Order: sequence, then structure tokens, then C-alpha cells
Amino acid sequence: MSDKRFTGTDCYVATEDLTTAVNAAVTLGRPILIKGEPGTGKTQLAQEIARGLDKPLLQWHVKSTTKAQQGLYEYDAVARLRDSQLGDERVHDIANYIVKGPLWEAFELDKQAVLLIDEIDKADIEFPNDLLRELDRMEFYVYETHQTIVAKHRPIIVITSNNEKELPDAFLRRCFFHYIRFPDKETMVDIVEVHYPGLKKELLSEALNVFYGLREVPGLKKKPSTAELLDWLKLLLAEDVPPEALSSDDRRKTLPPLHGALLKNEQDVHLFERLIFLNQRNAR
Amino acid sequence: MLVSFFFALREGGLKVSITEFLTLLELLKKRVICFDVEEYYYLARACLVKDEALYDRFDRVFSAHFKGIEQSFGPAGADLPEDWLRKQFELGLSEEEKARIQALGGWEILMETLKKRLEEQHERHQGGDKWIGTGGTSPFGAYGYNPEGIRIGQQGSRHRRAVKVWDKREFRNLDASLELGTRNLKVALRRLRRFAREGAAEELDLPDTIESTAKNAGLLDIKMVPERHNATKVLLFLDIGGSMDDHVRVCEELFSAASSEFKHLEYFYFHNCVYEGVWKDNKRRHLHRTSTMDLLHKYSADYKLILVGDATMSPYEIHYPGGSVEHWNEEAGSTWMKRLLDTYHKAIWLNPEPVNRWPYTPSIQMMSELMEQRMFPLTVNGLEQGMRELS
Ligand SMILES: Nc1ncnc2c1ncn2[C@@H]1O[C@H](COP(=O)(O)OP(=O)(O)OP(=O)(O)O)[C@@H](O)[C@H]1O
Ligand SMILES: [Mg+2]
Repeated sequence: MSDKRFTGTDCYVATEDLTTAVNAAVTLGRPILIKGEPGTGKTQLAQEIARGLDKPLLQWHVKSTTKAQQGLYEYDAVARLRDSQLGDERVHDIANYIVKGPLWEAFELDKQAVLLIDEIDKADIEFPNDLLRELDRMEFYVYETHQTIVAKHRPIIVITSNNEKELPDAFLRRCFFHYIRFPDKETMVDIVEVHYPGLKKELLSEALNVFYGLREVPGLKKKPSTAELLDWLKLLLAEDVPPEALSSDDRRKTLPPLHGALLKNEQDVHLFERLIFLNQRNAR
Repeated sequence: MLVSFFFALREGGLKVSITEFLTLLELLKKRVICFDVEEYYYLARACLVKDEALYDRFDRVFSAHFKGIEQSFGPAGADLPEDWLRKQFELGLSEEEKARIQALGGWEILMETLKKRLEEQHERHQGGDKWIGTGGTSPFGAYGYNPEGIRIGQQGSRHRRAVKVWDKREFRNLDASLELGTRNLKVALRRLRRFAREGAAEELDLPDTIESTAKNAGLLDIKMVPERHNATKVLLFLDIGGSMDDHVRVCEELFSAASSEFKHLEYFYFHNCVYEGVWKDNKRRHLHRTSTMDLLHKYSADYKLILVGDATMSPYEIHYPGGSVEHWNEEAGSTWMKRLLDTYHKAIWLNPEPVNRWPYTPSIQMMSELMEQRMFPLTVNGLEQGMRELS
């Protein structure tokens, strides 16, 4: 058992609710499911757990066509078919055509690994159900070669979801769960500090005002997230925009400078322009 | 204390399973955590609640249950599980609690599972040391829990904070019975998704191809299967204008969530009740109308019909020709509603009005009758029921 506790890293800010949930999962060797708005650091979390606890990281990015079986192994039938037609000797050993999946790789490591299963909700509804046994027992059977693969060390499994699909209860019961709340200003200051150490206080505070104000605008199709804030700050720094340019008097009259990094959707820009227009009219 | 918390959660409407409860106990036993109440709160939440929409409910139960918890946790270093287990046993359970445990599968099952868990854990980590069967004074000593228990300290400054995390109710607006946001809607609308195997052969069926090729003495025999795709078709009717204006935003959200969801989604606007014409662009509603009759012919009967509206109007608007507030309608709204429902057998009405107002609004009653009671509130829960009706 690992005696080290995850507390975040020098490039990842983890609040206490998050670290508590992560450490619970590490302690019992059960998967943890992470949800949260886009850009709240779900995907990065697994990488940082690996870094923070000094463990190897394996990643499995799920797509709509991904099957649970692919996480265990795949039988490359096409290659075998081709070899058979070419008369290749390899064809007689089926093991030559078994391609290991990320779960298998994690199971056979000599060291406990962190395994990221990213965006599980992208896959078919049956996907999580098909992994129940593997996640529970941390073992599976390879029919083609008649072997049972058992995890040498139960990997720390971090699963992320963007909430596109409901996950089955049986699956949820086996996981710890944590919902990453959108960071409050205090936490956001820490996150920004990690990415741009020593950023000028005035600039940051004005930028955060603009950013959180924008998130409050009703009817936005896509609220700007942490990722967008970070991009925007990078631009502000590159262009040397002074804090005054972001101050609130100006903000009511114009779009914030370099707003393209924050509002990526044309409709949202229009909406915002309309609000500014209304604002000006009311001010008169 | 923990057992009653478990029951309080279930009473509060959280479907916490025994498995999850045992997970929490297991963690407490591991004593890895030199923790305080706030950490305990986070831990319990991560173990027991699997949906952020239920976080707020959890907060409320937690708050009510652990009022003044610092005092009851006693001085630093108190052994929580030992205390708890012993107390539970010595004091015995009330008749009511026994009945409830019975309903959950019985105390034996609960304790048996707990015992097994602890034994396993014990073997794993203590190398089979003789905890089991040693009994002793502690009635639960036999179960091999770690007698050192968990330290519950008062360290850290957060105890001086004025408001407890759970009292901040930060997840209030994620509660499914209250709020309807685009994100929640997506989940509910996905219920509609049907992976029907329809249409032409589109993708290579590898296993079948190999099998057939083998049978075919090695000559390639390609087999195809239909591509899996979303076959759900939806007709969405949105009430716009008048008493609906409060709800337009919610409807807009429902609409935006829906538009990304289906391959075939057709939407139309109406006002109060559907009559002979509906429209697609609200700004040009008087210029460009679609005849409802044409629509009935154009969209096949396998479309699912979703109407969104508050159904709050004068009864005339439903039952009399010429009853519409906007124009002269030759035929009554109810006639048009019946035509729609005769064509589209899978149909629901989503109503943003709070359910408790429904019985007092005659037009809602009428519309609900026309819909054969398939009217649901426009909340995530209501949507879920509606989707179930449609699938
Ligand atoms: N707590 C944090 N500490 C440091 N950086 C963060 C934090 N949260 C988010 N970020 C930054 O925000 C960006 C987005 O993070 P990430 O891709 O992990 O988000 P996500 O939740 O997986 O998003 P999506 O739902 O779009 O997949 C990254 O650049 C990351 O560095
Ligand atoms: Mg991600």
C-alpha cells in the first residue's frame, strides 16, 4: 500500500475535497469517477496523480466506437488473415495476434500504475457494464490463449465523464465519485499562479472580474472555462495589455480586449455585443 | 451514529447501498486518515453520492444529522468505530431500526458482509494475524476491525470557520428536482437515443467475414452489418409568447440541448395551443406559417412528438372554434391536438408550470386529458419520466 498522499502538484491545484476523494480511491484500490464542467482539469488530474505519487501513467481515451474489450486486448484477425494468405509461419501461434490494451498493460507492470479512462460517457451505454468485473477483481481471461491476467498491483483508475450519458448504478457503486466544482476566485488565483507565476496582481484581479462577469451573462452557449481564461491571460501578457484596459468602467462600453480567446462562439459574441449596447442605452 | 446517518440518508431520498456504506466503513477502519469532520464529510460524499445533482440533498442531511458534531466527536484521538460499534451493540437498536434493517436484507447480512470485508482486508494487510475469533470484551473484537480506530482530531483552523462546507449549500442549483440546465437536459434527452439497427449495410463485420472466409476455404467472403446510428426522430413543438414568456429561456435550453441530440429533429413554434398553422421563425410568424395538415403528412408516424408549453389559457382556446386569442381558428384546438395524437402515438407534453398549480388551472387539466395524462413537469425528473414514456 502506498503511504504517500496526493496533495496536488507544483502544476496542479487540487482542493481538499478532491484530494480526499482521490486518496480514498488510492487507499482502497478502487476506481474514482471524476465529473465537472469542461476545462476543470479532469483529464489532467490523472497525470498529476501519477506525477505526485511517482507512478507510471497509462491513458485510454474513449471514443464513441470504443469497446470495453479494447481495454483488455484485441485479436488482430486481419493481420492473421493476411499472414495466412501469404503463408507466414507466425500464423500458427495465435498469441502473435493478441494486442494488449491499456488495462492489460497496467495489470502487468511491476509497479502500481495510474490508469486514465478518459471520457467514458462517449462510449456505448453498455461500455461501463462490460468493465464491471475487470474493475472489481482486476483480472480477466484471454479466451484465445487461455490465460488469466491478474493485476500484479491494483492500478489507480481515474475515470472522467462529461455527463453526456448516465452511467449504470452497478458501475457507480464500485467507484468513488467526485464532481469538480468550477473553481471559485481564490482557487482560480492559485491555478493561474501555477501557470503564470508572478503575474501582476492588478492585472489578474481585473482579468478575473471580467472572466467571472462573463460567466454570469445569461444565455451564453459556452461559458468560458479555466482553459479559456489561461489562453486569454497568455494573450494579455503577450500584448502587454495594461490592467486599466480591463477595468469595469470600460467593460460596460466595449468587449474586453482579445475577447476571442474567451468567447469562441459567434452567437455568444453577438449576445454580448447586444448586452453592451443595451447597457449604453440605459446609461444615457 | 454512522448507522443512523445511513438511514437518514436513505430517508432523505439518497439510494445509498450497503456496498457503498461498507466502503465507507472500510476506509474508516484503515485509519489512514487522521481526519476531522470536514474531511469526513468529503470522504462520506465520495463514497455515498454518485451524482452531483444529489450533493445538495446530501448536504442537507449531513447538516441536520451532524449538528454540533464537534462536541459529540469528543476529545482528539477518540476511537470512532470502536465507540460506535460498541454503542450500537450495547444500546441495542430500536424496534423501528430493526425493522428497517430487516427491510434492507437483515442485520445478519449487513454484519456478515462487514465481517467478510474486514476478514479479507485483515488477511491482506495483517498477514493472517489472529484477530478473528479473539473476541475479548469488545463485542465486535471478533470481527477483526482495527482496534486502534480512527483519530478524529480537532487540528486545523477550519473548525473556526463560521460556515461549514455542507451548510454553504454550494450544489443547490444542481438539484435535479429544481433546476433545469442545458447540461442536465442533455442527459435526460439522451434517454431518447435508440441504437436501432436500421438502414443499409455499411460497415465491415470482421468476425463474420473471418468465419465465412474460413468456411469458404480461405477465399475472402466479405460480410457487412448495418452501421449503428441514432434513429430517433423528434417533432418538437414550443409554445412561445404570452404567459410562456417566463419560460422561454428554459424552453430555449431544452431546444438547444435537443438540437445537438438527434439526426432528425424538427421544431415548430405555436402559441398556447396548436391550430391549423405553426411557424419556425418567431420574428416572422405572421408571414411564414407551416400548415399543420401538411406537417402531419410530411413527417411519418414514427416521429416522437414533444410539446412544450404551460397550457395555461382560457378553456375556449382549447375547446371552441374561434377561441384562439390571436386569429380566427376554423376548428377547435382540441381537434388539432387529436389529429396530432392520432398520427404520433408516442407523444408527451412538458409543462414548465410548477406541478402544484396544475390542479387549479382548468386548461392544464383539459390539455392533460387530451394528452391522456402524458403531461410531465419541465424538470430533469419530469423529463426523465417523459423520455421513458416515449421510448
Ligand atoms: N486545478 C487546476 N490546476 C492547474 N491547471 C488546471 C486546473 N484545472 C484546469 N487547469 C488547466 O485547464 C486546462 C484544461 O484542463 P483539462 O483538459 O484537464 O480539463 P478537462 O476537465 O479534462 O476538460 P474537458 O471536459 O474539456 O475534457 C489545462 O490546461 C489545465 O492545465
Ligand atoms: Mg478532458
